[in-house]
Amino acid sequence: MRKIIVGLKRVIDYNVRVRVRPDGSGVETDGVKMSINPFDEIALEEALRIKEQGKADEIIVLSIGASESQQQLRTGLAMGADRAVLIETSENLDPLSITKVFQKIISQENPNLVILGKQAIDNDNNQTGQMLAALLEWPQATFASKISLNDTKAEVIREVDAGLETIEINLPAIITVDLRLNEPRYVKLPDIMKAKKKPLDVIAFGDLDITPNDAIKILNTEPPEQRQKGIMVDNVPALIKELENKGLI
Amino acid sequence: MNKILVIAEHNGTEINGSTNKCVTCASKIENCEIDVVVFSKNGDILASKAAKIDGVNKVIKIDGDINEFSLAAIIAPQIKHISSDYSHIFGPSTTFGKDLMPRVAALLDTNQISDIMEVITSHSFKRPTYAGNAILTIEVAKSEKIIATIRTASFTAAENNNNANIDTVSHDIQLPDHTKYISLQSGKSDRPDLQTAKKVVSGGRALASEENFKIIYELADSLGAGAGASRAAVDAGYVPNEMQVGQTGKIIAPDLYLAIGISGAIQHLTGIKDAGTIVAINKDEDAPIFEVADIGLVGDLFKIIPELKAALDG
Repeated sequence: MRKIIVGLKRVIDYNVRVRVRPDGSGVETDGVKMSINPFDEIALEEALRIKEQGKADEIIVLSIGASESQQQLRTGLAMGADRAVLIETSENLDPLSITKVFQKIISQENPNLVILGKQAIDNDNNQTGQMLAALLEWPQATFASKISLNDTKAEVIREVDAGLETIEINLPAIITVDLRLNEPRYVKLPDIMKAKKKPLDVIAFGDLDITPNDAIKILNTEPPEQRQKGIMVDNVPALIKELENKGLI
Repeated sequence: MNKILVIAEHNGTEINGSTNKCVTCASKIENCEIDVVVFSKNGDILASKAAKIDGVNKVIKIDGDINEFSLAAIIAPQIKHISSDYSHIFGPSTTFGKDLMPRVAALLDTNQISDIMEVITSHSFKRPTYAGNAILTIEVAKSEKIIATIRTASFTAAENNNNANIDTVSHDIQLPDHTKYISLQSGKSDRPDLQTAKKVVSGGRALASEENFKIIYELADSLGAGAGASRAAVDAGYVPNEMQVGQTGKIIAPDLYLAIGISGAIQHLTGIKDAGTIVAINKDEDAPIFEVADIGLVGDLFKIIPELKAALDG
Protein backbone atom coordinates (compact mmCIF):
# COMPACT_ATOMS: atom_id res chain seq x y z
CA MET A 1 0.00 0.00 0.00
CA ARG A 2 1.46 3.33 -1.09
CA LYS A 3 0.72 5.84 1.63
CA ILE A 4 1.23 9.57 1.90
CA ILE A 5 1.23 11.34 5.26
CA VAL A 6 0.34 15.04 5.28
CA GLY A 7 0.74 17.30 8.31
CA LEU A 8 -2.11 19.73 9.09
CA LYS A 9 -1.56 22.45 11.67
CA ARG A 10 -4.35 24.51 13.22
CA VAL A 11 -3.33 28.17 13.07
CA ILE A 12 -4.93 31.60 13.24
CA ASP A 13 -6.60 32.15 9.87
CA TYR A 14 -4.34 34.04 7.47
CA ASN A 15 -6.96 36.79 6.97
CA VAL A 16 -7.03 37.67 10.67
CA ARG A 17 -5.04 40.71 11.71
CA VAL A 18 -2.95 39.28 14.56
CA ARG A 19 -2.91 41.32 17.78
CA VAL A 20 -0.21 41.03 20.44
CA ARG A 21 -1.59 40.87 24.01
CA PRO A 22 -0.73 44.05 25.93
CA ASP A 23 0.94 42.06 28.72
CA GLY A 24 3.47 40.55 26.28
CA SER A 25 2.28 37.00 26.93
CA GLY A 26 1.61 36.14 23.31
CA VAL A 27 -0.97 36.92 20.63
CA GLU A 28 -4.73 37.13 21.13
CA THR A 29 -6.42 33.83 20.25
CA ASP A 30 -9.77 34.18 22.05
CA GLY A 31 -12.63 34.29 19.60
CA VAL A 32 -10.23 34.34 16.65
CA LYS A 33 -10.98 32.32 13.50
CA MET A 34 -8.74 29.25 13.15
CA SER A 35 -7.93 27.38 9.94
CA ILE A 36 -5.58 24.86 8.39
CA ASN A 37 -2.13 26.41 7.86
CA PRO A 38 -2.34 27.50 4.17
CA PHE A 39 0.90 25.73 3.20
CA ASP A 40 -0.46 22.49 4.71
CA GLU A 41 -3.61 22.83 2.63
CA ILE A 42 -1.42 22.99 -0.48
CA ALA A 43 0.46 19.89 0.77
CA LEU A 44 -2.82 17.99 1.13
CA GLU A 45 -4.07 19.13 -2.28
CA GLU A 46 -0.87 17.79 -3.84
CA ALA A 47 -1.27 14.45 -2.07
CA LEU A 48 -4.85 14.20 -3.33
CA ARG A 49 -3.75 14.88 -6.90
CA ILE A 50 -1.05 12.21 -6.61
CA LYS A 51 -3.67 9.72 -5.43
CA GLU A 52 -6.03 10.77 -8.24
CA GLN A 53 -3.23 10.00 -10.72
CA GLY A 54 -3.13 6.47 -9.30
CA LYS A 55 0.27 6.98 -7.69
CA ALA A 56 -0.88 6.58 -4.07
CA ASP A 57 -3.48 4.43 -2.34
CA GLU A 58 -4.08 6.13 1.00
CA ILE A 59 -3.67 9.61 2.42
CA ILE A 60 -3.37 10.10 6.16
CA VAL A 61 -3.63 13.58 7.68
CA LEU A 62 -1.80 14.10 10.97
CA SER A 63 -2.17 16.95 13.41
CA ILE A 64 -0.52 17.61 16.75
CA GLY A 65 -2.26 19.96 19.13
CA ALA A 66 -5.36 20.67 21.19
CA SER A 67 -8.58 18.71 20.79
CA GLU A 68 -9.98 21.51 18.59
CA SER A 69 -7.51 20.47 15.87
CA GLN A 70 -10.07 17.78 15.04
CA GLN A 71 -11.94 20.52 13.12
CA GLN A 72 -9.00 21.00 10.77
CA LEU A 73 -8.55 17.23 10.40
CA ARG A 74 -12.28 16.92 9.49
CA THR A 75 -11.74 19.62 6.85
CA GLY A 76 -8.80 17.58 5.54
CA LEU A 77 -10.99 14.47 5.40
CA ALA A 78 -13.66 16.47 3.57
CA MET A 79 -11.04 17.57 1.02
CA GLY A 80 -10.42 13.88 0.37
CA ALA A 81 -7.94 12.41 2.88
CA ASP A 82 -8.77 8.81 3.85
CA ARG A 83 -8.15 8.95 7.58
CA ALA A 84 -6.85 11.24 10.27
CA VAL A 85 -4.71 11.03 13.38
CA LEU A 86 -4.60 13.64 16.14
CA ILE A 87 -1.80 13.57 18.68
CA GLU A 88 -3.55 15.49 21.41
CA THR A 89 -1.71 17.86 23.71
CA SER A 90 -2.48 21.17 25.35
CA GLU A 91 1.24 22.00 25.37
CA ASN A 92 2.79 24.27 22.78
CA LEU A 93 5.39 21.76 21.59
CA ASP A 94 8.80 22.69 20.16
CA PRO A 95 9.59 21.77 16.53
CA LEU A 96 12.00 18.95 17.47
CA SER A 97 9.33 17.25 19.58
CA ILE A 98 6.78 17.69 16.79
CA THR A 99 9.33 16.08 14.49
CA LYS A 100 9.75 13.13 16.86
CA VAL A 101 5.97 12.62 16.88
CA PHE A 102 6.00 12.47 13.08
CA GLN A 103 8.92 10.06 13.21
CA LYS A 104 6.99 7.75 15.52
CA ILE A 105 3.84 7.75 13.39
CA ILE A 106 5.93 7.22 10.25
CA SER A 107 7.61 4.17 11.79
CA GLN A 108 4.14 2.67 12.35
CA GLU A 109 2.58 3.63 9.01
CA ASN A 110 5.56 3.25 6.63
CA PRO A 111 4.51 5.89 4.09
CA ASN A 112 6.65 6.34 0.99
CA LEU A 113 6.06 10.07 0.95
CA VAL A 114 5.48 12.75 3.58
CA ILE A 115 4.29 16.14 2.36
CA LEU A 116 4.35 19.14 4.68
CA GLY A 117 3.88 22.88 4.36
CA LYS A 118 7.22 24.69 4.19
CA GLN A 119 6.30 26.60 7.32
CA ALA A 120 3.39 27.36 9.62
CA ILE A 121 2.20 30.95 9.43
CA ASP A 122 2.06 31.31 13.23
CA ASN A 123 5.61 30.58 14.42
CA ASP A 124 7.17 30.91 10.93
CA ASN A 125 9.80 28.36 11.97
CA ASN A 126 10.29 26.50 8.68
CA GLN A 127 11.98 23.54 10.39
CA THR A 128 9.85 20.42 10.74
CA GLY A 129 10.29 18.89 7.30
CA GLN A 130 14.05 19.32 7.28
CA MET A 131 14.36 17.98 10.84
CA LEU A 132 12.20 14.99 10.01
CA ALA A 133 14.31 14.16 6.97
CA ALA A 134 17.43 14.34 9.18
CA LEU A 135 16.07 12.02 11.88
CA LEU A 136 14.78 9.49 9.35
CA GLU A 137 17.93 9.86 7.19
CA TRP A 138 15.60 10.44 4.23
CA PRO A 139 16.11 12.88 1.36
CA GLN A 140 14.35 16.24 1.52
CA ALA A 141 13.01 18.56 -1.14
CA THR A 142 11.97 21.85 0.43
CA PHE A 143 9.96 24.75 -1.09
CA ALA A 144 8.51 22.61 -3.89
CA SER A 145 6.73 24.29 -6.79
CA LYS A 146 6.39 21.13 -8.93
CA ILE A 147 6.49 17.43 -8.05
CA SER A 148 6.79 14.56 -10.57
CA LEU A 149 6.68 11.05 -9.12
CA ASN A 150 7.40 7.55 -10.24
CA ASP A 151 7.55 4.40 -8.09
CA THR A 152 11.02 4.93 -6.70
CA LYS A 153 11.93 8.58 -7.28
CA ALA A 154 10.56 12.10 -7.21
CA GLU A 155 11.74 14.96 -9.36
CA VAL A 156 11.05 18.22 -7.56
CA ILE A 157 11.36 21.81 -8.73
CA ARG A 158 12.23 24.02 -5.77
CA GLU A 159 11.73 27.77 -5.42
CA VAL A 160 15.15 29.03 -4.34
CA ASP A 161 16.57 32.55 -4.14
CA ALA A 162 18.48 32.09 -7.39
CA GLY A 163 15.50 30.79 -9.38
CA LEU A 164 14.06 27.30 -9.86
CA GLU A 165 16.24 24.38 -8.82
CA THR A 166 15.45 20.83 -9.92
CA ILE A 167 16.57 17.89 -7.80
CA GLU A 168 15.85 14.17 -7.92
CA ILE A 169 15.32 12.28 -4.68
CA ASN A 170 14.80 8.63 -3.87
CA LEU A 171 11.63 7.57 -2.09
CA PRO A 172 10.73 7.48 0.73
CA ALA A 173 11.23 11.21 1.10
CA ILE A 174 10.06 14.40 2.76
CA ILE A 175 8.74 17.19 0.55
CA THR A 176 7.79 20.64 1.86
CA VAL A 177 5.63 22.79 -0.37
CA ASP A 178 5.63 26.41 -1.45
CA LEU A 179 2.70 28.61 -2.47
CA ARG A 180 2.80 28.15 -6.23
CA LEU A 181 2.60 24.34 -6.23
CA ASN A 182 -1.19 24.24 -6.68
CA GLU A 183 -4.48 25.84 -5.71
CA PRO A 184 -6.34 23.82 -3.08
CA ARG A 185 -9.87 22.68 -3.91
CA TYR A 186 -12.98 23.94 -2.17
CA VAL A 187 -14.79 21.54 0.09
CA LYS A 188 -18.33 20.66 -0.99
CA LEU A 189 -21.19 20.03 1.44
CA PRO A 190 -21.68 16.31 0.59
CA ASP A 191 -17.96 15.79 1.24
CA ILE A 192 -18.32 17.36 4.68
CA MET A 193 -21.11 14.86 5.45
CA LYS A 194 -19.00 11.97 4.15
CA ALA A 195 -15.99 13.12 6.17
CA LYS A 196 -17.93 12.62 9.40
CA LYS A 197 -17.82 8.85 8.81
CA LYS A 198 -14.11 8.66 8.04
CA PRO A 199 -11.82 7.40 10.83
CA LEU A 200 -10.15 9.96 13.11
CA ASP A 201 -7.91 8.45 15.81
CA VAL A 202 -6.95 10.49 18.85
CA ILE A 203 -3.76 9.53 20.70
CA ALA A 204 -2.54 11.34 23.81
CA PHE A 205 0.89 12.91 23.35
CA GLY A 206 1.80 11.54 26.78
CA ASP A 207 1.43 7.97 25.46
CA LEU A 208 4.21 8.46 22.89
CA ASP A 209 7.06 8.65 25.39
CA ILE A 210 8.62 11.80 23.93
CA THR A 211 10.12 14.34 26.32
CA PRO A 212 9.59 17.90 25.05
CA ASN A 213 12.72 20.00 24.61
CA ASP A 214 12.28 23.12 26.74
CA ALA A 215 15.73 24.68 26.20
CA ILE A 216 14.23 27.69 24.40
CA LYS A 217 11.99 29.92 26.52
CA ILE A 218 9.86 32.79 25.24
CA LEU A 219 10.37 35.77 27.56
CA ASN A 220 8.21 38.33 25.81
CA THR A 221 6.03 39.00 22.77
CA GLU A 222 5.75 42.53 21.40
CA PRO A 223 4.34 44.22 18.31
CA PRO A 224 6.87 45.35 15.71
CA GLU A 225 7.95 48.97 15.43
CA GLN A 226 5.64 50.69 13.00
CA ARG A 227 6.87 52.79 10.11
CA GLN A 228 5.52 56.30 10.16
CA LYS A 229 3.43 57.57 7.27
CA GLY A 230 5.56 59.96 5.24
CA ILE A 231 4.76 62.79 2.86
CA MET A 232 2.87 62.94 -0.42
CA VAL A 233 4.30 64.75 -3.43
CA ASP A 234 2.31 66.01 -6.42
CA ASN A 235 4.62 65.34 -9.34
CA VAL A 236 7.89 63.85 -10.56
CA PRO A 237 10.06 66.99 -10.05
CA ALA A 238 8.94 67.13 -6.40
CA LEU A 239 9.78 63.42 -5.99
CA ILE A 240 13.24 63.96 -7.50
CA LYS A 241 13.82 66.90 -5.15
CA GLU A 242 12.93 64.80 -2.08
CA LEU A 243 15.24 61.98 -3.18
CA GLU A 244 18.06 64.44 -3.81
CA ASN A 245 17.54 66.00 -0.36
CA LYS A 246 17.93 62.54 1.19
CA GLY A 247 21.08 61.94 -0.85
CA LEU A 248 19.54 58.88 -2.50
CA ILE A 249 20.07 59.92 -6.12
CA MET B 1 34.49 32.31 25.00
CA ASN B 2 31.67 31.92 22.45
CA LYS B 3 32.98 30.05 19.42
CA ILE B 4 30.74 30.72 16.44
CA LEU B 5 30.72 28.83 13.15
CA VAL B 6 29.16 30.57 10.13
CA ILE B 7 28.19 28.43 7.14
CA ALA B 8 29.21 30.27 3.96
CA GLU B 9 26.63 30.60 1.19
CA HIS B 10 28.04 30.82 -2.33
CA ASN B 11 27.19 30.14 -5.96
CA GLY B 12 30.42 28.31 -6.80
CA THR B 13 32.39 31.45 -7.63
CA GLU B 14 31.29 34.21 -5.24
CA ILE B 15 30.60 34.29 -1.51
CA ASN B 16 27.03 35.52 -1.05
CA GLY B 17 26.64 38.77 0.93
CA SER B 18 24.35 36.82 3.28
CA THR B 19 27.54 35.27 4.70
CA ASN B 20 28.92 38.73 5.59
CA LYS B 21 25.60 39.53 7.29
CA CYS B 22 25.82 36.36 9.38
CA VAL B 23 29.33 37.38 10.44
CA THR B 24 28.00 40.81 11.49
CA CYS B 25 25.29 39.14 13.57
CA ALA B 26 27.85 36.80 15.14
CA SER B 27 30.11 39.75 15.99
CA LYS B 28 27.31 41.21 18.18
CA ILE B 29 27.83 38.33 20.62
CA GLU B 30 30.17 39.21 23.47
CA ASN B 31 33.57 37.54 23.79
CA CYS B 32 33.32 35.66 20.50
CA GLU B 33 35.58 34.03 17.93
CA ILE B 34 34.08 33.56 14.46
CA ASP B 35 35.06 30.84 11.99
CA VAL B 36 33.54 30.44 8.52
CA VAL B 37 33.24 27.08 6.78
CA VAL B 38 33.11 26.77 2.97
CA PHE B 39 31.79 23.57 1.41
CA SER B 40 32.40 23.33 -2.33
CA LYS B 41 33.93 21.26 -5.10
CA ASN B 42 37.21 23.15 -5.13
CA GLY B 43 37.10 25.99 -2.66
CA ASP B 44 40.50 27.67 -3.01
CA ILE B 45 39.10 30.89 -4.47
CA LEU B 46 35.95 30.88 -2.35
CA ALA B 47 37.93 30.32 0.85
CA SER B 48 40.29 33.18 0.03
CA LYS B 49 37.26 35.43 -0.51
CA ALA B 50 35.71 34.30 2.80
CA ALA B 51 39.04 34.97 4.54
CA LYS B 52 38.65 38.65 3.62
CA ILE B 53 35.46 39.12 5.66
CA ASP B 54 36.17 41.43 8.61
CA GLY B 55 35.87 39.77 12.00
CA VAL B 56 36.63 36.24 10.79
CA ASN B 57 39.20 34.30 12.81
CA LYS B 58 39.66 31.34 10.49
CA VAL B 59 38.17 29.84 7.35
CA ILE B 60 37.62 26.09 7.17
CA LYS B 61 37.67 24.71 3.63
CA ILE B 62 36.04 21.33 3.00
CA ASP B 63 36.32 20.29 -0.64
CA GLY B 64 34.78 17.40 -2.52
CA ASP B 65 32.88 16.66 -5.72
CA ILE B 66 29.91 15.82 -3.52
CA ASN B 67 29.85 19.40 -2.17
CA GLU B 68 29.44 21.00 -5.58
CA PHE B 69 25.73 21.87 -5.28
CA SER B 70 25.26 22.75 -1.59
CA LEU B 71 22.70 20.00 -0.92
CA ALA B 72 21.42 20.05 2.68
CA ALA B 73 21.42 16.27 3.10
CA ILE B 74 25.09 16.18 2.08
CA ILE B 75 26.37 19.21 3.98
CA ALA B 76 24.49 18.75 7.27
CA PRO B 77 26.39 15.62 8.42
CA GLN B 78 29.70 17.35 7.62
CA ILE B 79 28.72 20.33 9.77
CA LYS B 80 27.84 17.95 12.59
CA HIS B 81 31.28 16.39 12.15
CA ILE B 82 33.07 19.70 12.89
CA SER B 83 30.50 21.07 15.38
CA SER B 84 31.90 19.98 18.71
CA ASP B 85 34.09 23.05 19.37
CA TYR B 86 31.35 25.56 18.66
CA SER B 87 28.78 27.13 20.97
CA HIS B 88 26.85 28.68 18.05
CA ILE B 89 26.35 27.65 14.41
CA PHE B 90 24.81 30.30 12.14
CA GLY B 91 23.49 30.19 8.60
CA PRO B 92 21.57 32.84 6.63
CA SER B 93 17.76 32.98 6.44
CA THR B 94 17.94 32.49 2.69
CA THR B 95 16.54 29.42 0.95
CA PHE B 96 20.04 27.90 1.29
CA GLY B 97 20.17 28.36 5.07
CA LYS B 98 16.51 27.54 5.66
CA ASP B 99 16.95 24.25 3.82
CA LEU B 100 20.14 23.34 5.63
CA MET B 101 20.17 24.56 9.23
CA PRO B 102 17.15 22.66 10.64
CA ARG B 103 18.72 19.47 9.27
CA VAL B 104 21.90 20.33 11.20
CA ALA B 105 19.91 21.10 14.37
CA ALA B 106 18.06 17.77 14.27
CA LEU B 107 21.31 15.84 13.78
CA LEU B 108 22.55 17.58 16.95
CA ASP B 109 19.26 16.78 18.76
CA THR B 110 18.33 20.40 19.33
CA ASN B 111 15.89 22.99 18.03
CA GLN B 112 16.83 25.69 15.57
CA ILE B 113 16.25 29.38 16.22
CA SER B 114 14.75 30.79 13.03
CA ASP B 115 15.40 34.32 11.75
CA ILE B 116 17.42 36.01 14.48
CA MET B 117 16.80 39.75 14.02
CA GLU B 118 18.57 41.06 17.11
CA VAL B 119 21.21 39.75 19.49
CA ILE B 120 20.53 40.62 23.15
CA THR B 121 23.12 38.36 24.83
CA SER B 122 24.99 35.23 23.73
CA HIS B 123 21.88 33.19 24.60
CA SER B 124 19.03 35.67 24.13
CA PHE B 125 17.65 36.92 20.84
CA LYS B 126 14.69 38.54 19.11
CA ARG B 127 12.92 36.86 16.22
CA PRO B 128 9.77 37.60 14.19
CA THR B 129 6.65 35.43 14.12
CA TYR B 130 3.23 35.85 12.46
CA ALA B 131 4.80 37.39 9.36
CA GLY B 132 6.60 39.98 11.46
CA ASN B 133 3.49 41.02 13.40
CA ALA B 134 4.69 39.59 16.72
CA ILE B 135 8.33 39.83 17.81
CA LEU B 136 9.51 37.23 20.33
CA THR B 137 12.30 37.65 22.84
CA ILE B 138 13.70 34.20 23.51
CA GLU B 139 16.28 32.78 25.86
CA VAL B 140 18.17 29.56 25.27
CA ALA B 141 19.53 27.38 28.10
CA LYS B 142 23.29 27.84 28.49
CA SER B 143 23.80 24.08 28.14
CA GLU B 144 22.35 24.07 24.61
CA LYS B 145 24.32 24.47 21.39
CA ILE B 146 22.69 27.29 19.42
CA ILE B 147 21.81 26.51 15.81
CA ALA B 148 20.22 29.49 14.09
CA THR B 149 19.33 31.19 10.86
CA ILE B 150 20.04 34.92 10.65
CA ARG B 151 17.48 37.32 9.20
CA THR B 152 19.76 38.99 6.67
CA ALA B 153 17.66 42.18 6.34
CA SER B 154 18.36 42.96 10.01
CA PHE B 155 22.15 43.17 9.71
CA THR B 156 24.56 45.15 7.55
CA ALA B 157 27.20 43.18 5.64
CA ALA B 158 30.67 42.97 7.23
CA GLU B 159 33.29 44.49 4.93
CA ASN B 160 36.06 42.59 3.17
CA ASN B 161 39.42 43.90 4.45
CA ASN B 162 40.59 40.88 6.42
CA ASN B 163 43.18 38.20 5.80
CA ALA B 164 42.20 35.23 7.97
CA ASN B 165 43.95 31.87 7.95
CA ILE B 166 42.52 29.04 5.87
CA ASP B 167 42.44 25.48 7.20
CA THR B 168 41.83 22.66 4.75
CA VAL B 169 39.88 19.89 6.43
CA SER B 170 39.17 16.45 5.03
CA HIS B 171 37.11 13.63 6.45
CA ASP B 172 35.92 10.19 5.49
CA ILE B 173 32.36 10.27 6.80
CA GLN B 174 29.79 8.32 4.84
CA LEU B 175 27.43 10.66 2.96
CA PRO B 176 24.07 9.73 1.44
CA ASP B 177 23.52 9.29 -2.32
CA HIS B 178 19.72 9.63 -2.26
CA THR B 179 19.67 13.23 -3.53
CA LYS B 180 20.78 14.33 -6.98
CA TYR B 181 21.08 17.89 -8.26
CA ILE B 182 19.70 18.24 -11.79
CA SER B 183 19.66 21.92 -12.77
CA LEU B 184 19.08 25.54 -11.88
CA GLN B 185 16.89 27.72 -14.04
CA SER B 186 17.76 31.31 -13.36
CA GLY B 187 16.74 34.54 -15.06
CA LYS B 188 20.10 35.89 -16.19
CA SER B 189 20.46 39.46 -15.07
CA ASP B 190 23.32 41.91 -14.71
CA ARG B 191 21.36 43.92 -12.16
CA PRO B 192 22.41 43.98 -8.50
CA ASP B 193 21.27 41.03 -6.40
CA LEU B 194 17.97 41.85 -4.67
CA GLN B 195 19.11 40.83 -1.21
CA THR B 196 22.23 43.00 -1.21
CA ALA B 197 21.25 45.88 -3.56
CA LYS B 198 21.33 49.41 -2.10
CA LYS B 199 18.41 50.38 -4.31
CA VAL B 200 15.49 48.25 -5.49
CA VAL B 201 12.66 49.03 -7.93
CA SER B 202 9.65 46.70 -7.73
CA GLY B 203 6.55 46.43 -9.87
CA GLY B 204 3.13 45.04 -9.06
CA ARG B 205 0.05 43.71 -10.74
CA ALA B 206 -0.73 47.16 -12.15
CA LEU B 207 2.04 46.65 -14.70
CA ALA B 208 -0.49 44.30 -16.29
CA SER B 209 1.90 42.31 -18.51
CA GLU B 210 5.34 40.79 -18.85
CA GLU B 211 6.06 43.25 -21.65
CA ASN B 212 5.15 46.30 -19.56
CA PHE B 213 7.63 45.22 -16.90
CA LYS B 214 10.29 46.54 -19.26
CA ILE B 215 9.77 50.02 -17.80
CA ILE B 216 10.58 48.67 -14.32
CA TYR B 217 13.82 47.14 -15.61
CA GLU B 218 14.73 50.36 -17.43
CA LEU B 219 14.10 52.50 -14.35
CA ALA B 220 16.13 50.04 -12.25
CA ASP B 221 19.01 50.34 -14.71
CA SER B 222 18.87 54.15 -14.63
CA LEU B 223 19.17 53.97 -10.83
CA GLY B 224 21.69 51.11 -10.73
CA ALA B 225 19.04 49.24 -8.74
CA GLY B 226 17.90 45.64 -8.38
CA ALA B 227 14.50 44.74 -9.85
CA GLY B 228 11.77 43.08 -7.77
CA ALA B 229 8.07 42.36 -7.91
CA SER B 230 5.04 41.71 -5.74
CA ARG B 231 3.62 38.23 -5.31
CA ALA B 232 0.65 39.25 -7.47
CA ALA B 233 2.98 40.07 -10.38
CA VAL B 234 4.81 36.75 -9.99
CA ASP B 235 1.57 34.75 -9.71
CA ALA B 236 0.27 36.50 -12.84
CA GLY B 237 3.37 35.28 -14.69
CA TYR B 238 4.80 38.73 -15.50
CA VAL B 239 8.17 37.94 -13.87
CA PRO B 240 10.05 34.87 -12.54
CA ASN B 241 9.66 33.75 -8.91
CA GLU B 242 13.13 34.84 -7.84
CA MET B 243 12.04 38.47 -8.18
CA GLN B 244 9.36 38.17 -5.51
CA VAL B 245 9.74 40.53 -2.56
CA GLY B 246 7.71 39.77 0.55
CA GLN B 247 7.15 37.30 3.32
CA THR B 248 7.12 34.31 0.98
CA GLY B 249 9.76 35.79 -1.31
CA LYS B 250 12.78 37.84 -0.39
CA ILE B 251 12.99 39.99 2.71
CA ILE B 252 15.15 42.96 1.84
CA ALA B 253 16.50 46.16 3.37
CA PRO B 254 17.80 48.48 0.62
CA ASP B 255 18.51 52.17 1.31
CA LEU B 256 15.90 53.07 -1.32
CA TYR B 257 12.84 51.03 -2.31
CA LEU B 258 10.48 52.09 -5.08
CA ALA B 259 7.11 50.29 -5.03
CA ILE B 260 5.41 50.87 -8.35
CA GLY B 261 1.84 49.76 -8.93
CA ILE B 262 2.00 47.70 -5.74
CA SER B 263 -1.02 48.04 -3.44
CA GLY B 264 0.89 46.93 -0.33
CA ALA B 265 -0.54 43.63 0.92
CA ILE B 266 0.73 42.77 4.41
CA GLN B 267 2.83 39.95 3.03
CA HIS B 268 4.64 42.41 0.74
CA LEU B 269 5.14 45.00 3.49
CA THR B 270 6.75 42.30 5.67
CA GLY B 271 9.46 42.01 3.05
CA ILE B 272 10.36 45.72 2.94
CA LYS B 273 9.79 47.17 6.40
CA ASP B 274 13.52 47.50 7.07
CA ALA B 275 14.11 49.54 3.91
CA GLY B 276 15.65 52.99 4.46
CA THR B 277 13.32 55.08 2.31
CA ILE B 278 10.18 53.68 0.68
CA VAL B 279 8.73 55.49 -2.33
CA ALA B 280 5.26 54.45 -3.48
CA ILE B 281 3.76 55.26 -6.87
CA ASN B 282 0.17 54.12 -7.32
CA LYS B 283 -2.97 55.39 -8.99
CA ASP B 284 -5.12 54.43 -5.98
CA GLU B 285 -4.65 57.06 -3.27
CA ASP B 286 -6.15 54.68 -0.69
CA ALA B 287 -3.62 51.89 -1.38
CA PRO B 288 -2.17 50.58 1.93
CA ILE B 289 1.37 51.05 0.58
CA PHE B 290 0.97 54.80 1.25
CA GLU B 291 0.59 54.08 5.00
CA VAL B 292 4.23 52.95 5.18
CA ALA B 293 5.78 54.97 2.35
CA ASP B 294 8.14 57.84 3.19
CA ILE B 295 7.30 59.51 -0.10
CA GLY B 296 4.07 58.88 -2.00
CA LEU B 297 2.98 59.94 -5.47
CA VAL B 298 -0.53 59.26 -6.77
CA GLY B 299 -0.89 58.87 -10.50
CA ASP B 300 -0.60 56.74 -13.62
CA LEU B 301 2.64 54.76 -13.48
CA PHE B 302 2.76 54.55 -17.29
CA LYS B 303 3.12 58.36 -17.38
CA ILE B 304 5.18 58.79 -14.21
CA ILE B 305 7.86 56.14 -14.78
CA PRO B 306 9.04 57.40 -18.20
CA GLU B 307 9.10 60.95 -16.82
CA LEU B 308 11.08 59.80 -13.77
CA LYS B 309 13.52 57.86 -15.93
CA ALA B 310 14.02 60.83 -18.26
CA ALA B 311 14.72 63.09 -15.28
CA LEU B 312 17.21 60.61 -13.80
CA ASP B 313 18.96 60.10 -17.14
CA GLY B 314 19.09 63.92 -17.36
